Amino acid sequence: MSVPILKQGDYLIASIQSALSDSEVLELRDDLAERVGQFRARGIVVDVTALDVIDSFAARALRTIGSTAKLRGAETVLVGIQPDVAMAMVQFELDLQPLHTALDLEEGLAVLRRTARGGDDDGP
Amino acid sequence: MNGQKPSLPTPPLETHEIDAELLPKLVAYLRQMSVELREKWVSRISEAQLLGVMSPEEIFSEVKAVYDNYVDALETGSVESLQAYARDLSERIIHRGVETHEVLGIVLLLRDVLARSLFLRYQDDPELLDRILDSYEPAANRIAVTVGVSFVEERERVIREQQAAIRELSTPVLQVRDRLVILPIIGAIDSQRARQLTEQLLNAIQANRAKVVVIDITGVASIDMTVANHLVQTVNAARLMGASAIITGLSSGIAQTLVDLRVDLSTMNTVGDLQGGLEEAERLLGYKVLHSDPAPPDRLA
Repeated sequence: MSVPILKQGDYLIASIQSALSDSEVLELRDDLAERVGQFRARGIVVDVTALDVIDSFAARALRTIGSTAKLRGAETVLVGIQPDVAMAMVQFELDLQPLHTALDLEEGLAVLRRTARGGDDDGP
Repeated sequence: MNGQKPSLPTPPLETHEIDAELLPKLVAYLRQMSVELREKWVSRISEAQLLGVMSPEEIFSEVKAVYDNYVDALETGSVESLQAYARDLSERIIHRGVETHEVLGIVLLLRDVLARSLFLRYQDDPELLDRILDSYEPAANRIAVTVGVSFVEERERVIREQQAAIRELSTPVLQVRDRLVILPIIGAIDSQRARQLTEQLLNAIQANRAKVVVIDITGVASIDMTVANHLVQTVNAARLMGASAIITGLSSGIAQTLVDLRVDLSTMNTVGDLQGGLEEAERLLGYKVLHSDPAPPDRLA
């Protein structure tokens, strides 16, 4: 199941609804990179509320999404990381640079609005 | 010592056949002599300077109860009621700082006092004395062990209860403003507690939609490498959930330790005290606190 990508103003929203296979992760990365150019998006929100595991492969793919999008002029915010997932990620020292993180979709959009204004005061 | 063990079975000491005829004699003698022997015991206790925290009247009344229980246990061979009494007594005296060596010392003194009185009573008949001591010694040893073990078990139970109480009490996550929570940490942190703290904090971030958390460690006396890393992990985990963390109340000693340990604190936002941390948090959240009095008080006073 591929991840639907919604357009909301200047931003793209990708809500991951179930655990993704490795190829689906890569597909999401390529889709997002392409859409950023197509819609001239200035920000991406990736919603992982439904995920109860983020492993090193997924973390790396998410980082790549962030780097790729940045090269094309868009900031990426990861939203909805669950408490257990956050604990596990810091224990395994999974790094999410250069992604921003926020509590939920609403907060994520707020972060994008702030960073799009020019200030980068919410960086990870 | 592993506190989870169930209470020990009655210690399997020597099992001399207790002489069916001698024991009632022995018990009757000890009952008859009880006043004298109790006094002797009390004077030995004060000579040995045991139970300094208790008044002489208290010691006397406890001594009476212990003595009666002791003789009962000798008579019936069952230590259960003595065990229950010892637990009850331990519960009362543990909080007053009575130590294990005192309890053991007292019980052994009683054993000696009784043995000596038996010796005096039967010294003219060495053979009878020998048989009397044969019945008396194993029972007396068993009683001593029972009392000692009861005391130690009771103390371990109290310690466990206190630990649990401290764990529960000391980890509140408090919301002080919309989207701002504080986590005051008091007391020692070990790995288990650090994990519990992180878990509570992350859940509170989600429940309160917190954007800023202030972690105050004024009440933490010392810190080591493991705990410091836990702190860093907590801050990182909070950030993954979209909340920025501010650490406050690092004492100069802790700051020195962290530098000596070369803990990487570059990702941490630290402020001197809780007040400063709250002000910083308000700034991050865009709050501005205004004094209702147009002429603000001199803050430097």
